[in-house]
Amino acid sequence: MSPNRTVDESFLALPLTALADAALTRAVDLGCEHADLRVERIRTQVINLRDARPESFTDGEDLGLAVRVVHEGTWGFAAGVVLTAAEAVRLAEEAVTVAKVSAAVNSDRVELAPEPVYPDATYVSAYDVDPFEVADTEKAALLTDLSEQLLAADGVEHVQATCMLVKEQKFYADTAGTRARQQRVRIHPEFTALTVDRATGQFESMRTLAPPAGRGWEYLTGTGWDWRGELAEIPDLLRAKTKAPSVQAGRYDVIIDPSNLFLTIHESIGHATELDRALGYEAAYAGTSFATVDKLGTLQYGSPLMNVTGDRTAVHGLSTVGWDDEGVAGQQWDIVKDGVLVGYQVDRNMARLRGLPRSNGCSFADSSRHVPVQRMANVSLQPDPAGPSTQEMIAGVERGIYVVGDKSWSIDMQRYNFQFTGQRFYKIESGQLAGQVRDVAYQATTTDFWGSMSVVGGPETYVLGGAFNCGKAQPGQTAPVSHGCPSALFENINILNTVQEAGR
Amino acid sequence: MTQLSAQEIVERALAASTVDGQVTFVVESSEANLRWASNSLTTNGAMRSRQIVVISFADGGAGMAAGTVSRTGTPEIAELVAASEQAARDAGPAEDAMPLIGDKPVGGGDWDADPAETSIEVFAEFAPALGHAFGEARDRGDLLFGFAEHQMTTTYLGSSTGLRLRHDQPTGRVELNGKSADFGRSVWAGTGTRDFRDVSVAALAADVARKMGWSQRRIDLPAGRYETLLPPSAASDLMIYLYWTMQARDADEGRSVFAKRGGGNRIGERLAALPLTLRSDPNAAGLEAAPFQIVQASSEAGSVFDNGMATPAVSWIENGVLTNLIRPRAWALKTTAPATAPVDNLLLEDATSSVTPDEMIASTERGLLLTTLWYIREVDPQTLLLTGLTRDGVFLVENGEVTGAVNNFRFNESPVDLLARTVQASRTERTLPREWNDWFTRAAMPMLRVPDFNMSSVSPAS
Repeated sequence: MSPNRTVDESFLALPLTALADAALTRAVDLGCEHADLRVERIRTQVINLRDARPESFTDGEDLGLAVRVVHEGTWGFAAGVVLTAAEAVRLAEEAVTVAKVSAAVNSDRVELAPEPVYPDATYVSAYDVDPFEVADTEKAALLTDLSEQLLAADGVEHVQATCMLVKEQKFYADTAGTRARQQRVRIHPEFTALTVDRATGQFESMRTLAPPAGRGWEYLTGTGWDWRGELAEIPDLLRAKTKAPSVQAGRYDVIIDPSNLFLTIHESIGHATELDRALGYEAAYAGTSFATVDKLGTLQYGSPLMNVTGDRTAVHGLSTVGWDDEGVAGQQWDIVKDGVLVGYQVDRNMARLRGLPRSNGCSFADSSRHVPVQRMANVSLQPDPAGPSTQEMIAGVERGIYVVGDKSWSIDMQRYNFQFTGQRFYKIESGQLAGQVRDVAYQATTTDFWGSMSVVGGPETYVLGGAFNCGKAQPGQTAPVSHGCPSALFENINILNTVQEAGR
Repeated sequence: MTQLSAQEIVERALAASTVDGQVTFVVESSEANLRWASNSLTTNGAMRSRQIVVISFADGGAGMAAGTVSRTGTPEIAELVAASEQAARDAGPAEDAMPLIGDKPVGGGDWDADPAETSIEVFAEFAPALGHAFGEARDRGDLLFGFAEHQMTTTYLGSSTGLRLRHDQPTGRVELNGKSADFGRSVWAGTGTRDFRDVSVAALAADVARKMGWSQRRIDLPAGRYETLLPPSAASDLMIYLYWTMQARDADEGRSVFAKRGGGNRIGERLAALPLTLRSDPNAAGLEAAPFQIVQASSEAGSVFDNGMATPAVSWIENGVLTNLIRPRAWALKTTAPATAPVDNLLLEDATSSVTPDEMIASTERGLLLTTLWYIREVDPQTLLLTGLTRDGVFLVENGEVTGAVNNFRFNESPVDLLARTVQASRTERTLPREWNDWFTRAAMPMLRVPDFNMSSVSPAS
């Protein structure tokens, strides 16, 4: 946390209290059991460079407000962009109208689990340099310089660079009396080197492994990641990948680096333990979950070495908040303990449905335009306190593959069957890395995969990875989320050759 | 607070310009939605927004540069223009710089008229009909899940070269997913619409009920290559991904499936054995889309300098042969090839075919009939190998009849290879893409018959 940082004055100067009073008073007058108002201002810059030349630089700001009500047991939601008391009143009225039209198809009475009232809550995420206080020329110049470094290397024909910068400011007020003002900053830079062999028509790429982070501009200037160091290694790694033999499909012991494993955790644990999915709320879209509520406390999710937590509190975590979008304070809890499913991610309505005393704070809307739904906490695999380094893990494998970096991902609608590729794959022979192989994908069923985890790396292998673009809900919403994990060893995993899969 | 009209905002922004050029567009949007699960409402909403996008073009001596700034709501126009001009001055020269478009495209719309809008009332008849369908499903012991959404956007685009263009875009979609009470059987029906007047909840519910009936008998089949019937929705999700990779620049640079060995691109090469045509047309009936370019940020698929450029009907693949790739004007000039812009719809047709999907099922000795595809992701850009899952209904067809429901599969397939291996296509009909309908709803496709579709592994999901 940066103690000197406060929510920007320009956001606090908006008529937040007046909007809340207008909307919530009107909602109560119209007979709502509950109402909340959000005002959100989300500033986004996306900088794209192609071959170290500017491709696009966009600067967007999304400012708006939304009113959500529970009226006679039915949800109603309305959103707009004009920040006046009159519009706040109109939105409260429209939300009630939406609830009335919807009552024809509602048979489940909405009730919310209780939460203490926070009348004057403030939260600012942990960052040093607000990227929107850095001159655009300075940002473009650094990205150009880093791109040029990569493009100058032998064998690198093209370089794609992209940097997304976000500052999210949020005011939440509800009829119980909570008032929360929050500001979060996040950054996602990426560089991809590409090589083309025109004679054979082959092309290959390699991307930086640096994860997106809940940090400021300092992330690109030396805090939290060594960009120049990573960019210096990519050309050789790319060249080796181009010359690498195609993998022989079959069963291997696989060591997965945190730069790849975070995404497998996201897909096969993060989404599978969202209670709304287990209950069927996402059944027609994102899907359901094999980890149904009748299995809570008994489902053997993975090996006894597996311990997974959910949190909205990790420093620099992308899902980290002070309070969620229903006024629930950020928490940490167990999801998988010693390999057994013990917890879900929930919001207030679902907590009530399940008879839980309290929500664990997983409500999120990606902008004022969208209704809050249950979204993912930072879901993380805990390291083994006495676990080995990645090198030590490799030394213990006779015939295997070491997977680094995420690339392609796909998993079914109940979170059983998944297939992942990566940035690079190394053959392991007799405890040694024996060069890269290419055309690799690993395919498994969730519980088989986690059940095969025989070694969990130590704390020194732990990395907080993540993504900006987790998709869920209709209308579609995207959410940023982090996943921490160590390196880990999985035995007897099915490795595909993607060229053979293409029938070549 | 005074509320300027969208047209007034465009005029004020253009009048405030102090640099070489400007394109400003205002998007007025409204939408309403209902979502349901287990025969009951889950979420809903009515939303309105206004987005203002100012793109300034400035030449500081080294070449023309562009800067884009966008805001929602009621920003100060002068500040917005100044910010975009500063962004343009700060940016390096743009590789895609071209003179701004000045010729008015056909179908530029009625500039002076108020924006179109929608509201929750669009569901006034739909919601009770849905409630009725819930009752029928409850009586059968089934559960219904799904989503209905109607959006209306009106875009007003003006330029310093005199363009004043307007486009109204209605977009609607309905998905209805039926499940048995234990979630063990799952089927789907969906449709796109412009106004919900053509949506029959009863027809969608009947489609769901028919497929639930087909699912009574369960048949387990292993992974392998199967003769497969891809219905229009499944075909659309694969063809949309193909469309999204059709940028000329990537092909010309040797970095896409459409790159030719030895250099250049594959235009002129036969991709499909059948006379299949893949095309886009802003005037396609029921699938109408903007007839001019609206671009906020440049990429290999579009250029901010091309805003307002006409986007006429274009064939990407004609009678089986690759004929066009997406090519902004600057890249067209550099490669002496025609400029080609994407259109927000996609049609695949075999003009020689008159068979219906049902007739294709009836003429199948043994094969799999899919419903939809899900979680489609690129595995290998070299071949455009995609992976994904079958979803909500894999049916076994034997001797022309559906004989039961099969487990789901993970597939690994390239849509480019599928075109080459497709042996039959039905008549084309409007369809709703299942996977991509958050971004792409306007599609018309045939059912495709593929003799050897690669089901890579079994998925236990239902």
